[in-house]
Amino acid sequence: MKRILLTGNGAAAWGARLACADYVPAFPITPQTEIIETLADWIDNGEMPGRLVTLDSEHSMITAAGAAAATGVRVFSATSSQGLLYGMEMLYTVAGWRAPFVLVNVSRGLASPITLEPDHNDILAARDCGFLQIHCATCQEVLDSVLIAYRLSEASSVRLPVIVNLDGFYLSFTREPVQIPDLKAAAAFVGAFDAEDIRFRASAPTSQAMAVLGGSPYSYFRYETHLAALQALDAYETIASEFEEKFGRNHPAVETYRCDDAEMLFFMIGCFATKAKVAVDRLREAGWKIGLVRPRLIRPYPAEAIRTILRGKHGVAVIDQNLSMGFGGVLHSELASALYGQPDMPHILASFIGGLGGRDISTEEFFEIATTLKRAIVSGETPAPRLLYTEDELKQIEKLQLIAHVERTGGERE
Amino acid sequence: MSDQRFRHLKDIPSTHIFGSGTPACAGCGGLEVIHQLYEVLGEKTVFINAAGCMTLLSIYPFTPFRGSWLYTAMASAPAGAQGVRDALDILLEQGRIEPSENLTTVVLTGDGSAYGMGLSATSGAIERGLDFIYLCYDNEGYGNTGQQYSEATPHGAKTSTSTGPRGYPGYKKSIFDIWIAGHPAYAATVIGAEPLDLARKIDKAMQFKGPKMITALSPCPTGWGFDPKESVEIGELAVKTGVWPLKEYVDGKVIHTKVPRKRLPVEEYLKRQGRFAHLFNPSRHESTLNEIQQRIDRYWEQVE
Ligand SMILES: Cc1ncc(C[n+]2csc(CCOP(=O)(O)OP(=O)(O)O)c2C)c(N)n1
Ligand code: SF4
Repeated sequence: MKRILLTGNGAAAWGARLACADYVPAFPITPQTEIIETLADWIDNGEMPGRLVTLDSEHSMITAAGAAAATGVRVFSATSSQGLLYGMEMLYTVAGWRAPFVLVNVSRGLASPITLEPDHNDILAARDCGFLQIHCATCQEVLDSVLIAYRLSEASSVRLPVIVNLDGFYLSFTREPVQIPDLKAAAAFVGAFDAEDIRFRASAPTSQAMAVLGGSPYSYFRYETHLAALQALDAYETIASEFEEKFGRNHPAVETYRCDDAEMLFFMIGCFATKAKVAVDRLREAGWKIGLVRPRLIRPYPAEAIRTILRGKHGVAVIDQNLSMGFGGVLHSELASALYGQPDMPHILASFIGGLGGRDISTEEFFEIATTLKRAIVSGETPAPRLLYTEDELKQIEKLQLIAHVERTGGERE
Repeated sequence: MSDQRFRHLKDIPSTHIFGSGTPACAGCGGLEVIHQLYEVLGEKTVFINAAGCMTLLSIYPFTPFRGSWLYTAMASAPAGAQGVRDALDILLEQGRIEPSENLTTVVLTGDGSAYGMGLSATSGAIERGLDFIYLCYDNEGYGNTGQQYSEATPHGAKTSTSTGPRGYPGYKKSIFDIWIAGHPAYAATVIGAEPLDLARKIDKAMQFKGPKMITALSPCPTGWGFDPKESVEIGELAVKTGVWPLKEYVDGKVIHTKVPRKRLPVEEYLKRQGRFAHLFNPSRHESTLNEIQQRIDRYWEQVE
């Protein structure tokens, strides 16, 4: 095992290399491109066996990934944002093929307006497609999650593709110390690829992804996929504890930070959760009983694990780095549905939207969120969902608009 | 390279390995081509299908294919072929499967996909030199969705989305020319009504490594408006009138495999089909008929 400084993208590439991925269909997109460049470099220079092919689009890339996995090799691929959405038809399709492989998504806000910086609308758009989702907060976690994802994806009780998600820029381009497991130990953990009964061979002809007539066979296959996804909850526990035994790092389905005696909780996914940890520490110093809950697994949804953590707590502030237009935060609504009608659940579930397109969430804002939550707990009234934005930011935008207007009109009023 | 294997019609295998009882329409020219192709290719194949009429050949849990099948989507069947081919090559290289387990990778797609939505993936596969056979059955419209015009629809044809008195205003483009611009290993046009020419071309294609691109004009009784029993005859007329040139591209050269010396007037082909009826009834649409004839004549002048 060696420890080096590595970007999140580098960690993802190392994950693929250590898992001995045979095949990498690729397509460039910022902030993911470094992953495929790194793998291309290793493969071209003989440092990693395998084959990398650049397709004409992400739609084709995901088709090729699924088709290769359905033929019986270990596949790795990576994309981001517009690319994930461009391939969306095929995300649904290949998940239905029950073709196990790992896709890394480097989260980036979606157009319009176009941006390079992160939020989670891209990955949550893929929420219902049948891919499982693991969300990372550190570069180490990215590497470890790729290894765990292969085991999960290929588990006999699961056989579904998995997306490992990391935030663009904040993780993709940030160097952190990362332990790189030995190739041998990683290979032993992941194991050899077993195609099971999904493969194309001359001696065993098979038809995959055929049409069905009517809702009954259709429902049969859709339910099967759903049940397989649910089985991934148990499979994840087993695989994560084996990983901890072998490599000494614990990656539970739901991470908790200072939750045991907490009365209030922040609830969020991704690397901004590390900012929430700082806020928790500061609030704890000031005597607040507060903690952080960070689900790593979003599909399947670890509802029971979350309920166990939340039982008896007074209030939760869900911070969504996504926005479902005309509704609000996706994580908030999912959490509400997981808690509704269950005994001893927190009465207050406050919703905050922030960190869109890479916008920072400052420690002061976490304090403000905590204060709002505390007030709600005392009054017993759930506050309206809040869109985080400061007066100063609004002033800055208005100033820019004014400058642009003056540039264009020479200062004349319309 | 020689055509020796198939000298006469009786040399073509007629083992009928392709199953019957599919939901395709009676007299389907596309199915006719698949049937003939399958006889030559055999069952050590995996068909990678794009959305279209032929997607309904394999309906769970039945299939007319003795070999393998993978349905992808409308736009990305060649990318599916890339994934399957690459995976088989990796497995062979690593000795994880025996050479006898290898399969020929075949893309099966309609014209709507081939000429339009799937063109990016197709072009990429040619550019990468993917070792596969690509079969486009060209029924000159989006057949599965009810014969709307596609990028392969001929000038003047009535479709579900060109119902006016002049039919479809655009012109059919040459997918063959688009393909050969990318220098595939082999490209050919075929038609089910000329089985010997078809079998020879498939056989020849199999001798090359790389992209083998085949497009088959596929008379479609349902979309074109004729009696299913006339399907072969309509196909023959397409060749005899010069509407559908039979040709192949080998070693950088285009060769016409059948030159109709005495071409029949194109009307003989058009008037047999409901989709062109408005060019004759209630009155003849002379200018359109002339234009269609002139375009054909000009094509063959360049060939001869
Ligand atoms: C992305 C997408 N858009 C639209 C469709 C609907 N659709 C299914 S088959 C088809 C027509 C395909 O036409 P063509 O490729 O010519 O094949 P044919 O139906 O004629 O066999 C269409 C439009 C689809 N399946 N996928
Ligand atoms: S619509 Fe045409 S191409 Fe489609 S199955 Fe029927 S005859 Fe064949």
